[in-house]
Amino acid sequence: MSVSSPYGIRLRPPMKSGPGRRSSPLHWRWTDRLALAFAWIAGLGLCAIAAAIVLYMGYRGVQYLRPSLLVSRPEVSLSQSGSGGFLDPVLGTLMLTAIGIVLAAPLAIGSALWIAEYGRPTWLARIVESSIEVVAGTPDIVIALFGLAIFQLPLLAPFSFTASGGGVFGRSFLAAGSMMSLIALPPLFTATRDGLQAVPDHMREAAFALGKTKIATIRAVLLPSVRSNIATGVTLGISRIIGDTAIVVFLLGDTPRLEPQGSAPVTGLLRGTGSTLTSYVFDNSPAGEGGAPQKAYAAAFVLIVFVLGLNLLVDRIGRSHADANGLNVAGAVV
Amino acid sequence: MSPEEMLLDPLRLAAEAEPERIQPQRRIHAAEQPGQGPVVPPVRTIVLDRAPLPAPPPSERASVRTQLAGAGPERLRLEEVSIDYGPKQAVKSVSLSIHQGEVLALIGPSGCGKTTLLRTLNRLTELTPSASRAGRIMLDGEDIHELPDTTLRGRVAMVFQQPNPFPMSIFDNVAFALREQSRKRPRRRELEPQVIEALRRAGLYEEVRDNLDGPALRLSGGQQQRLCIARAIAPRPEVLLMDEPCSALDPISTKTIEKLIGELRRDLAVVVVTHNLAQAHRIADKVAFMYLGDLIEYGSTAQVFDEPRATRTRDYVGGAFG
Ligand SMILES: Nc1ncnc2c1ncn2[C@@H]1O[C@H](COP(=O)(O)OP(=O)(O)OP(=O)(O)O)[C@@H](O)[C@H]1O
Ligand SMILES: [Mg+2]
Repeated sequence: MSVSSPYGIRLRPPMKSGPGRRSSPLHWRWTDRLALAFAWIAGLGLCAIAAAIVLYMGYRGVQYLRPSLLVSRPEVSLSQSGSGGFLDPVLGTLMLTAIGIVLAAPLAIGSALWIAEYGRPTWLARIVESSIEVVAGTPDIVIALFGLAIFQLPLLAPFSFTASGGGVFGRSFLAAGSMMSLIALPPLFTATRDGLQAVPDHMREAAFALGKTKIATIRAVLLPSVRSNIATGVTLGISRIIGDTAIVVFLLGDTPRLEPQGSAPVTGLLRGTGSTLTSYVFDNSPAGEGGAPQKAYAAAFVLIVFVLGLNLLVDRIGRSHADANGLNVAGAVV
Repeated sequence: MSPEEMLLDPLRLAAEAEPERIQPQRRIHAAEQPGQGPVVPPVRTIVLDRAPLPAPPPSERASVRTQLAGAGPERLRLEEVSIDYGPKQAVKSVSLSIHQGEVLALIGPSGCGKTTLLRTLNRLTELTPSASRAGRIMLDGEDIHELPDTTLRGRVAMVFQQPNPFPMSIFDNVAFALREQSRKRPRRRELEPQVIEALRRAGLYEEVRDNLDGPALRLSGGQQQRLCIARAIAPRPEVLLMDEPCSALDPISTKTIEKLIGELRRDLAVVVVTHNLAQAHRIADKVAFMYLGDLIEYGSTAQVFDEPRATRTRDYVGGAFG
């Protein structure tokens, strides 16, 4: 394989040279070898688990999912064949996600900006960060219970489903959406804050050195620099909202169909109740009422496709933005 | 182009510098200043283990530089400037004068306070909470601390060690520097001549003319740094501060930027921090040598390199060419 040069040095053919020689694990300490083996097994095992979930759900989905299920509304029926489709839960998932993100994004990005760019006094910054950590660590069922207590206050009656006698049930898309924003907020906050903290200080100073104010620097330099971090945070937030069931059961009413409250077209829907794919899966699975396990599988498949598709989409957005700005060129500053 | 030509070309340009760039009030102020020549800083007592060398007859190059230095009006004057970071004194009572039409190189070992001093000139040190300052810095006779910081930084621009274009297009990087804070966004058409002019002065226009809307971060390191220079000079500042502008660049980009600095000093005062003594020798008209926060020596390039007064300077610059 080797070629001898006129200087008597034996050279490898230039194109075929692989990576240089490395120490072989066979000579490592046995604990290191064990750790390496464990790392391999853990990584491969996770791949196998993920593949099993996707393949099994894919198999079930292909088996039971019919396009008509996506466009027909649920019917209350005891037999599986008469229970209709799950158009309403699909719409419910989309609406709830939109409300949650629309409420969470300004709060999360605003507080991340405040922490990363102002953050004074320090004690207050520490309190804000720990509060967000507390919210992040609170189980969703506790957040749901808390939300129910809040939205059942008579003061907040206009935001939710109200019985004809005046009883406030505290259930509506608004109620569920605002609690969903709480579970979407921490990942979005963290992603944005970390992105901002990764922007080198001399980028900010370069803007200050041009006579720009802090707010102009944030608008023109910092926010564009962390756009892909925000996109990542939004994906994480959306996945958490899409996957949540407790808040739906507590605060959305978990009615099979969208039930608008009042006749106003948009606010009626927002104040009304409904369900999502997660609660639909639960209700129809053998663990719930068990009325239509095949439809539960079909809906679960749709749920997985949603989340995977979303990940792909946001990944693509972040990447194309980075491309357009040259952010992912090796050696770039950001 | 030989180094000699690189030096002489801007000289001729400086001689032709349009007088109307010096505004009337500033001229009056300049006339009031008694000594128009370089301010001689109060030389601090430093341990000299040898008597200062007698001044030898100035070399030809030195006299050329001195003529040039006399040509421009004083822009910045530092009076007894000290900077502390908490208990630590980073800059100790430095007095200097910086003139239009000349390049001042700040040299000295790592940690001696060059960056700190430079960042004080556009008040970036104020961003460090622990930093405090004493002494006065005058920009065209006005105390820079009386000016709003955004105004001051429009007049005293800065280029950093790392090329740091913003994540936007090449055009927008320069246009961003030109947009006023409060006013409505000027249209692209209005800004275009100024943007192109700045890119041209930074020696970048020919390379990017077909790609003005391309992302700035796609440029090479040297091009990015020239874009940063274009951005800094676009609002027509009076002083340009540069903190090791070439230390992240290859020799060819370095040479381009050195040439650029030589051309820019025609209508700017330039302060360059550099670790590269050969570079200081090539581009500077004046050299200030700092050591542990003290300004040890300040004078024409030839004087500081060829006949340093202080032993410390001699030891430091001796390493470069010895
Ligand atoms: N933000 C800061 N807080 C506290 N001390 C600082 C800070 N910045 C600089 N210093 C100190 O001030 C002194 C001067 O630092 P400065 O960065 O001005 O040095 P320099 O001459 O630019 O060095 P170099 O050539 O390595 O860039 C150093 O001792 C440094 O430790
Ligand atoms: Mg420095």
